[in-house]
Amino acid sequence: MKKFMNSADDFLKESLQGFGAAHQDIVSCHYDPNFITRATPTKEGKVALISGGGSGHEPMHGGLVGHGMLDAACPGFVFSSPTPDQMLAAAEKVDSGAGVLFIVKNYSGDVMNFQMAAEMMQGPNESVLTNDDVAVEDSSFTTGRRGVAATVVVEKIVGSLAEHGGSLHECKALGDKVNKNSGSMGVAFSSCTVPAAGKPNFDIGDDEMEFGVGIHGEPGRRRDKMKSAQEITNELLEAINEDLKPEANEEILLFVNGMGGTPLTELYLIYDNAKNMLDKKNIKISRSLVGNYCTSLEMQGASITLTKLDEELVKHWDSSVHTAAMRWGV
Amino acid sequence: MSVDFLIETAKKIQVVINDNSSEIEKLDQEIGDGDHIFNIQRGIKLVIELEPTIKDLIMSKALNQIAMKVLSGIGGSSGALFGTLFMTMAKGDAIDEGVDYKKAIEIFAEGVEAVKQRGKADVGEKTMMDVLIPVSNCLKKGVEDDKDLKEILKEAIEIAEKGMFSTKDLLATKGRASFLGERAKGHIDPGARSSQLMIKTVCESVINS
Repeated sequence: MKKFMNSADDFLKESLQGFGAAHQDIVSCHYDPNFITRATPTKEGKVALISGGGSGHEPMHGGLVGHGMLDAACPGFVFSSPTPDQMLAAAEKVDSGAGVLFIVKNYSGDVMNFQMAAEMMQGPNESVLTNDDVAVEDSSFTTGRRGVAATVVVEKIVGSLAEHGGSLHECKALGDKVNKNSGSMGVAFSSCTVPAAGKPNFDIGDDEMEFGVGIHGEPGRRRDKMKSAQEITNELLEAINEDLKPEANEEILLFVNGMGGTPLTELYLIYDNAKNMLDKKNIKISRSLVGNYCTSLEMQGASITLTKLDEELVKHWDSSVHTAAMRWGV
Repeated sequence: MSVDFLIETAKKIQVVINDNSSEIEKLDQEIGDGDHIFNIQRGIKLVIELEPTIKDLIMSKALNQIAMKVLSGIGGSSGALFGTLFMTMAKGDAIDEGVDYKKAIEIFAEGVEAVKQRGKADVGEKTMMDVLIPVSNCLKKGVEDDKDLKEILKEAIEIAEKGMFSTKDLLATKGRASFLGERAKGHIDPGARSSQLMIKTVCESVINS
């Protein structure tokens, strides 16, 4: 394992300290329990948005704290859910009285810990559970689909509504809607190494890829031999389209997300290849996002997310945002 | 059962888990995300470190401290599930007036039931519940049938091992392994293995005391 680290025990703390110092105009980091808030207090009457999850997916979620998005993020250990004391401390700090909306990715550890926090919390709160990953079927045989990159889209759009005075109930409803309108699927070329583990999370051959991989490198649909970018992109989009069923002329957001170890050059190539296919199907790309937003440490790979848009979603997507990882309209 | 017994048993569990750590890690890398062993090791270490804080506390407060410590200190599913186990045991009826083996079995069974609710997992889903639920049932039945304590515990050790091995041929429907579908078959669930080792250690600890 080669990593920039001094010791596995201090890995998260030092990274958080650096993040807090580098972006002190936007965020402040709190320790024991760990959580990140905006540098300024929540506006009176504004619903507070809190997300969180295991670390290792940066910039999600700490990099999405700031004007127009999250009020707080709770980072767990690498690939391990945060714990209720973090969510409770964050809620206490950022709840202005208008309530707290938890945005939770559908992973059992995250779900259980946010659930316990919600049970222990005084005051109004709701939760949005994201489950956009179409790779694994939602059936009685699974805990349901995983929540992956569309969580970023949910946080952007609901963040805007909250900023514009949406109620707790309205924010929850919009979050559920964005999630329902979104589908994602990813592919990995290489594994990733959790610092405390010191060795790769899974083995994968030089000529292989994990198709439908999860954001911790957990297996997806199948192990395939490498293919061309256009073939991979087509297969990802076919899987998403099969689930999301966008209609011809429907407007969508095309989000090409890097998993940490794939250069932007390749992500833009995927965007080009995805556009080729969507153009053929007359699906209109109305908004775009390309970059590393929901990562899996140093994993080589990428995911594609499509979100079906309407006027309301476009308005909230376009509205101003100022976070460490996303900034426009300001 | 005393607070001292809890701490001493945690120390024994630490030894057993450390002795089997590479096996558990390997199981988790095959069907999970590889972090289970670290979570368990961290949790046990934190509980042992609580010794000076809890050794003079009454049982309900000691169990509650353990619950909060594993909840905040482990994280992930393991933290929530073990936190729920101890938090429920801490709420056991009249436990501060003394915990004999019947009471210990009663609160353990209540804890297992709460864990089942929290994780929404039952027997047959390739999780630690394949060990905990049969063990809980076996212990309760043993008390009902008024069997000798050592006999009950020996049976529980066997049931735990049987439950652990049963996960090998199961399809996972809960947790990370559920995403694997058929691919998870043929692998023992790492959570079932670690909880089987813990059950075995606790039971042997009582048998030999």
